[in-house]
Amino acid sequence: MKEELFASGRNIPNIDPYLNIWHWQIPSYLFLGGLAAGILFFASFFTIMGKENEMEATVKKAPMIVPFALVLGLFFLFLDLKHKLYFWQLYTTVRIQSPMSWGAWVLMAITPLSFVWAASYVRVLFPKWDWKYDILKKFEKWVIANRILIAWPMALLSIILGIYTGILLSAFNARPLWNTSILGPLFLVSGMSTGAAVIMLMSKDHKERKIIGRIDILLIIVELFFIIHLFMGFLAGSEVQIIAANLFLGGKFTAPFFAFVVILGLIFPATLEALELKGFKVPMVVPAILILAGGLIFRFLMVEAGQITRYLY
Amino acid sequence: MHTRRNFIKISSLGLGATSLAGGAIKWVTGAPSPKKISIGAKSASSFKTVSTYCEVCFWKCAGWAHVTEDGQIQKITGNYNDPQCNGRLCPRGTGGVGMFSDPDRLKTPLIRVTKNGEQTYREASWDEALDFVANKMKEIKEKYGPESMGLFNHGTPGKHFTHLLNSFGSNNIGAPSFAQCRGPRDTGFELTFGESVSSPEVTDIRDTRCMVLIGSHIGENMHNGQVQEMSEAIDKGAVIITVDPRLSTAASKSKFWLPIKPSTDLALLLSWIHVLIYDDIYNKEYVAKYAEGFNELKEHVRTFTPEWAYGITTIKPEQIRQTAREMANAAPAVIIHPGRHTTWYGDDVQRSRAIAILNALLGSWGNRGGIFLKEGFKIPDFPHPAYPKPAWSWQDTMNGRYPLAKESVTNTLIEASIPSENNKHQIKGWIVAGTNLVMAIPLKEQLMQALQSLELLVVVDTMPMEITGYADVVLPECTYLERYDDIRSSPHREPTIALRSPAVEPMYQTKPSWWIAKQIGERLGLGEYYKFDDFREVLDWQLKQVGQSLEELERVGAKKLPRKTPLYIEPGMNFQFKTASGKIHLFSKELEEYGFDPMPVYTPHDQPEEGYYRLIYGRAPMHTFSRTANNRNLVALMPENAVWINPQVAELWGLKKDQYVWLKNQDGVLSNFPVKIRVTQRIRWDSIYIVHGFGHHHKPLTYAFGRGVNDTEMISKVSIDPIMGGTGMRGNFVTFVKENPKKEVES
Amino acid sequence: MRYAMAIDTRKCVGCSDCVVACQTENNVPVGFCRDWVVEVVDGTYPNVSIELRSERCNHCDNSPCVRCCPTGASHFEDGGIVLVEHSKCIGCGACIQACPYDARYSHPEGYVDKCTFCIHRVREGKDPACVSVCPTSCMYFGDLDDQNSKIVNVLKNRKFKSLAPEAGTKPRIFYLV
Repeated sequence: MKEELFASGRNIPNIDPYLNIWHWQIPSYLFLGGLAAGILFFASFFTIMGKENEMEATVKKAPMIVPFALVLGLFFLFLDLKHKLYFWQLYTTVRIQSPMSWGAWVLMAITPLSFVWAASYVRVLFPKWDWKYDILKKFEKWVIANRILIAWPMALLSIILGIYTGILLSAFNARPLWNTSILGPLFLVSGMSTGAAVIMLMSKDHKERKIIGRIDILLIIVELFFIIHLFMGFLAGSEVQIIAANLFLGGKFTAPFFAFVVILGLIFPATLEALELKGFKVPMVVPAILILAGGLIFRFLMVEAGQITRYLY
Repeated sequence: MHTRRNFIKISSLGLGATSLAGGAIKWVTGAPSPKKISIGAKSASSFKTVSTYCEVCFWKCAGWAHVTEDGQIQKITGNYNDPQCNGRLCPRGTGGVGMFSDPDRLKTPLIRVTKNGEQTYREASWDEALDFVANKMKEIKEKYGPESMGLFNHGTPGKHFTHLLNSFGSNNIGAPSFAQCRGPRDTGFELTFGESVSSPEVTDIRDTRCMVLIGSHIGENMHNGQVQEMSEAIDKGAVIITVDPRLSTAASKSKFWLPIKPSTDLALLLSWIHVLIYDDIYNKEYVAKYAEGFNELKEHVRTFTPEWAYGITTIKPEQIRQTAREMANAAPAVIIHPGRHTTWYGDDVQRSRAIAILNALLGSWGNRGGIFLKEGFKIPDFPHPAYPKPAWSWQDTMNGRYPLAKESVTNTLIEASIPSENNKHQIKGWIVAGTNLVMAIPLKEQLMQALQSLELLVVVDTMPMEITGYADVVLPECTYLERYDDIRSSPHREPTIALRSPAVEPMYQTKPSWWIAKQIGERLGLGEYYKFDDFREVLDWQLKQVGQSLEELERVGAKKLPRKTPLYIEPGMNFQFKTASGKIHLFSKELEEYGFDPMPVYTPHDQPEEGYYRLIYGRAPMHTFSRTANNRNLVALMPENAVWINPQVAELWGLKKDQYVWLKNQDGVLSNFPVKIRVTQRIRWDSIYIVHGFGHHHKPLTYAFGRGVNDTEMISKVSIDPIMGGTGMRGNFVTFVKENPKKEVES
Repeated sequence: MRYAMAIDTRKCVGCSDCVVACQTENNVPVGFCRDWVVEVVDGTYPNVSIELRSERCNHCDNSPCVRCCPTGASHFEDGGIVLVEHSKCIGCGACIQACPYDARYSHPEGYVDKCTFCIHRVREGKDPACVSVCPTSCMYFGDLDDQNSKIVNVLKNRKFKSLAPEAGTKPRIFYLV
């Protein structure tokens, strides 16, 4: 029997008995980032494909919420900071090796882009809207004329943003649960799936929903595959990774993970979507909400569980 | 229950609100507000350093208080001139700032009053409080004689009040450090070598080649100099042999750990003596030259073979022989450590005698790496008239018991404070200075009876300890960092003197003990004994008498003085021990005269019944007694004690790590509070272990209240050593209570 | 110049003086600490062993905390000492997540705090507070590039280990075993 304790009684808030320095803010931020990345990717993708009129909700409506999601996400990140007055220090330097810095800069680039994108469709959705200033009107005109030019960098940035939401965690070698390169693609796919869910919620066009639904089923299959891969990798890894995997395979995160993420958040909504494609009448709001909730819970679980895992020595 | 002296919670006065007066404490470190360190903390040059010596324990290491420009104590560091600490304080010394910055400190004098039929304290001015004390003392003197005033003390405040009581005409002065702690050891060594090993002990650990620890756990007891020297000895490859039912820290660093069955130590010691003598490996030359009674001893231990001891101690014969050989190989650079807290089973003087005899057989006393010869440095008393001779004194409270006690026995003084027809000599008033009797003295009933019978109880302390709740008058003493005290003069390899001077002005209305004693003395008409205005004058005068100067001591803090006598017995020297015959007494005629065994004899002690476990208590390196349990710097390291149990016991009882349980002892005494379980392989299955000093039940100790369990309250049975009155406390057995027994807590 | 520390687990008694000394030297608020002591008990009674380790920031050569810091607040000082510049720290917590030793914490004032190797003392030629106070003298601080230093000497002559070497951080605190 091995007994380990702090002879000096260490009991630091949020550090002991196990790390818990990131609370709800970070997973929420990651969720909103992934969701925004998903929507922006679909918007730019279908714009580049020249489908903006067939895919109204995807290209025009859903992106309206993206600026709000990104700003809210940034606000959550801000809430997470403990030394808030020094927030601006993030933008005084570029730290190539710091995912946190990457994220700050990517958001710095993609947030204005999302504003521009959304603004350019404001008059489509709200015909009575008036930009008032000439310069804004001119700018709008330029944007509308050059949408494809904007769509390309936006597509690229949205993929970076989506991957970043996973890399933020996977870059931490010290937390074995996070320290796997599959987390980037996994979070990207999961983010895109949540983006697709938002689009399905907003779309009133059956054909558009069908296209997005089909993509979403594919995304969910890939996501499930990645999740299986994630745990296979861990179980084939070092002791700390096995311990990390066991948190979800029998440990205290098993029930919420399988119930809310795998079954209710992935398999069940994918099944509903498949049934709808087969022609069954399914209210799309059900799978969409389940996917969104599953995605959010997934990030909460990963952030919470990851902090518990650590090196043993 | 209606008692004359209800226990009063000092917090009920609403003093809490003023508790942050003085205000500058931002963090409870007692340090000024943290600086933004883009590079680092404050550099050393910005501090004023003031000489002090520590008062967190009895080791009294010399150190420096570092005071910031705005008059806050930032930190305390050790003094390199002091051989007791060599510039390195222990955690308690370093954390001494927490004693100064404790928000729960006593702040003003308090007097017990009855308001609306309820007893409470009211804040009083110093004049009022001191007048009250002096008038009561005069009253006691007139009614019963001055001898009826008693004093219980610990540490430096004791000296000032001892002077007060002696001037007043009483010699009834006691300290728990004798009958509850080192008394048996000192008596055992005095009977053998003619003198004790002092404090700090004169053990030459630094240069030893073999050290035996038997029930002594250096490293957990943070006797600084000894911990340092043990570390040095480890570096030098010394063999350490530890006898302990628990894997103590020291045991984990030992070449040999003998996990003895508790209460059988004497059998092991006797069989070691047997092996040394019968394997003919004792130090023959030394014994022939310096000891007497060898033949009697040889005959006495004939049957105490390792095989005999094995059946008692569970230590294998081969291990006993092997460890005895290790000692003999190292002799005379070997120490069988005398220990310190030795009041265990009531035959403790005899056990200490066995330890002393082992040291004698190996020739360690007076040899390098053994026990060096002490040389003190006498600081003369400040001139005062001769003390009046008391008509009776503490010896008379013994009523013929404990004939070999060289110091007073707290318990007989407490007995003498309970009115009874058998008591010719009655104590009616107490001053208690710097000791929390409630948590230091076993046999709570007796103590409570005494407390209820007193006509005057004055408590002088820095903190609202349990004992203050029983006082008629509480006098708030300032901490050691805010006052002058006597010069510390300690025997060491070189005698050393050290100065304590105030680093800052006393906070609140607290006062130094010398001032309090002087004020009472003057009110009692004893002004002749206090012919000084400031204690500085006393120190200045004393140091000048011995060719030293206060100015120098203020600069250097501590000073080693050259020895006048040799450190070890030198070849050709006619060395005489301080016994009557000048020789080491292996056979003690003195003991024989008083009808005790002249040589140690093993007697079996009670063993726990099924479901009960022997209560073993001890020390943690970050706490001193019960006095640091509220020190914010130290409780961060250890906020409460835990009860150590063997995994087998845990399984049997279904107990889990960190689960809280109550303890109940063999007499049905329940612990006030629950205590956390620690499941560990470091303890035997027939015993449990807790660190002493926790489980405070006095609410004004806002942090310490209710944390952990107080071992003293679980000790309702003591075995008193008939030789010197020591209260053996290791014969208590406890069991676990898993459900809340809903016991009402006293306060 | 590469500052490092060697800690003798055979001498450490776990008294935690290093923790208190750090606290009063560096104004670490009570309830927090920049160093701490771990006790590991192994075996079955009576064949039991204890390892006591005074732990703190390892001032790693390959510091994940410095790498992941988005503002450069966590940085290397001379001698390889890893420091946090409080006025640059935004308190995002990334470095806390990045440290395999859980050596960093969020100071009540918001910034992230940790052991500085007492750089203010080291620059004055003194040992860090924990090293200078240790009653057992079980800690050695010095420059690995100085062949005559005590630390190089003990590392040459004793067996030692570092914590979680598999994390690849190249820690600079060595435990003599």
